[in-house]
Amino acid sequence: MKKENDFFDKPGNIRMLKILSYICLAIVVVVDFFIPRDHGHYPWDQVPGFYALFGLVACVLIVVMAKTLGKKWLMKKEDYYD
Amino acid sequence: MINWMPPGLIFILGAFLIPLLKGRMQQAYLLLLPVLAGFILLNMPEGAGYVMNFLGYELVLARVDKLSMIFGYVFVIAAFIGFTYSIHLKEYGQHIAASLYIGSSLGVVFAGDFITLFIFWEIMAISSTYLIWSRKTKASQDAGFRYLLVHIAGGLSLLIGIIINVAETGSTAFNLMELSGLASYLILIGFLLNAAVPPFSAWLSDAYPEATITGAVFLSAFTTKTAVYVLIRGFAGTEILIWMGAIMAFYGVIFAVLANDIRRLLAYHIISQVGYMVAGVGIGTALALNGSSAHAFAHILYKGLLFMGAGAVLHMTGKSKLTELGGLYKTMPITLTLYMIGGLSISAFPLFSGFVSKSMIVTAAAENHLTIIWLILSVSSAGTFLHTGLKLPWFTFFGKDSGIRAKEPPINMLIAMGIAAFLCTLIGIYPDALYNLLPFDATYAPYTAEHIVWTLQILLFTGLGFFLLLKQLGGEPYISMDTDWFYRKGARAFMWFINNPMVRLSSKVNNVVFDIIPSSLIWAVKNPYAVMRIASDTVLLQLSGPDKRTEIQQRIKKEKDMYPGTINIYRPVGLTVLLITLFLMAYLLVYYLKSG
Repeated sequence: MKKENDFFDKPGNIRMLKILSYICLAIVVVVDFFIPRDHGHYPWDQVPGFYALFGLVACVLIVVMAKTLGKKWLMKKEDYYD
Repeated sequence: MINWMPPGLIFILGAFLIPLLKGRMQQAYLLLLPVLAGFILLNMPEGAGYVMNFLGYELVLARVDKLSMIFGYVFVIAAFIGFTYSIHLKEYGQHIAASLYIGSSLGVVFAGDFITLFIFWEIMAISSTYLIWSRKTKASQDAGFRYLLVHIAGGLSLLIGIIINVAETGSTAFNLMELSGLASYLILIGFLLNAAVPPFSAWLSDAYPEATITGAVFLSAFTTKTAVYVLIRGFAGTEILIWMGAIMAFYGVIFAVLANDIRRLLAYHIISQVGYMVAGVGIGTALALNGSSAHAFAHILYKGLLFMGAGAVLHMTGKSKLTELGGLYKTMPITLTLYMIGGLSISAFPLFSGFVSKSMIVTAAAENHLTIIWLILSVSSAGTFLHTGLKLPWFTFFGKDSGIRAKEPPINMLIAMGIAAFLCTLIGIYPDALYNLLPFDATYAPYTAEHIVWTLQILLFTGLGFFLLLKQLGGEPYISMDTDWFYRKGARAFMWFINNPMVRLSSKVNNVVFDIIPSSLIWAVKNPYAVMRIASDTVLLQLSGPDKRTEIQQRIKKEKDMYPGTINIYRPVGLTVLLITLFLMAYLLVYYLKSG
């Protein structure tokens, strides 16, 4: 049998990926200070890094909203309709 | 001289040959059908073809223009991919259903009139139901029935709208309509139901996850996208669709958070993505309509790919719940890679198809100063990546190791996924391949520095949010209520109403009509004279004063005890003559009154 792939089980690899991810996050924000802004439609388009914050807030907002709705109202046991 | 056949009919007529072929021949034939249809598509002349006369109405089976062509192309590609993915199936019933389903979808897209459109619309509903039932589980039987009933209701709304429209205008032609009058509203409701616009959306997230593994791949491509097509054709620029679409995009994202079944999660993201297209139809500018068409095209490919990936997991593990999966990257790395191409495409990463299609609609919203719509669509974009690109693959392929060591799926499944992944990437890298097919006149350049950087910021920081909230985001073994609650619980309430109060009422009616009334009649005719005496005494009892009451009561008791007793008729002849005279007088009176 073929050997299993266990790349993501090694702590060293995970640490490397983490560092790479943080570098990527940093790059997309830093680059934003240097790009031309010809196509913006909104005032916040002029703020470097705005969309990074937007993404983070949107993500948290969606999770919190959905989980609250789910816990308080929508989520039922799997045999709810049986 | 018409030397071609409408491409839909290739699949519909071709379906009947499928059971006659066996083994390799059947497999080759299934792949030949879309190739043949594609060849016909490439050679169809523009304009109205296959015009026929039916009971005095004109049927147009092939309205060929750029709008119908772009949907035609992607449907044929989806057919080829879908058949490749399902070619290993020995059960030809599903192949026939899929072929009819594809053919009728093409029929809707090329229909130039309402009658043709409606006929193909209904074939779609019925043939697609078979793809759900073929799973042969209790859940799929039930979900299939609900799916069929909902679609029949939507089809009826459409049909009534069409009939009113034909009666009012005298024409069956299907063109851009104005939303005014009952007919247009009913037609729009029929269309919106197939587009899965809330509250008419629950059929999709209810039924698609219960369909067969291969059936869901077909389902994800055709029904909602034919609906997007007819909305563009019939209701472009209808303002209410902007809001419906935006709400829909967000709605799908919210419900996807709560989904535990991987195919249900993907189904909710169909609703979300079609929301973008519906919003684009509502905005109605050339850029927005191009965006809806392009996004439909891209969506069919990446959503098919995602459903194929989820289907591969289900096929190899027998499981589809996030809570039961995990760690599959060890043994299914190819499936994971191909799935991720779909995930990056739907999330609109640069170099993948969603980036060049979705952004057209979002940009159109901004250009038309629809700031709130723009905001909703942008937030939903983050949610799309969060679930389809992060949550689903993380908890399926990584996360907690479930101990499952499933192999890669059969080679035909991998090839089908490979074709879809290739096209998703091709469109991302070379968008003109898609843009050249677009029906309306608008230019759009997706690859500007700020668009790339801002998109990456939104997506990567959504990713950061995902890992910060990782503990909250695992699947949970629950289901969530959707608008199907109304008919699932409603049906139960209805059945309770029938089984309890209605049954009690009916047994009471039964008792009175068939028991109490006949038996008292029988009792009464034993001695009608005595009955009259009892009746008159009872009336007397009510009228008389307290001093006589006991006496009358005693008399009634005696009469009842003696009943029926001997029939004692006083002056029988006199009574008979009196009755006859009375009847004759009544007769005379009626006669005079009537003639007078």
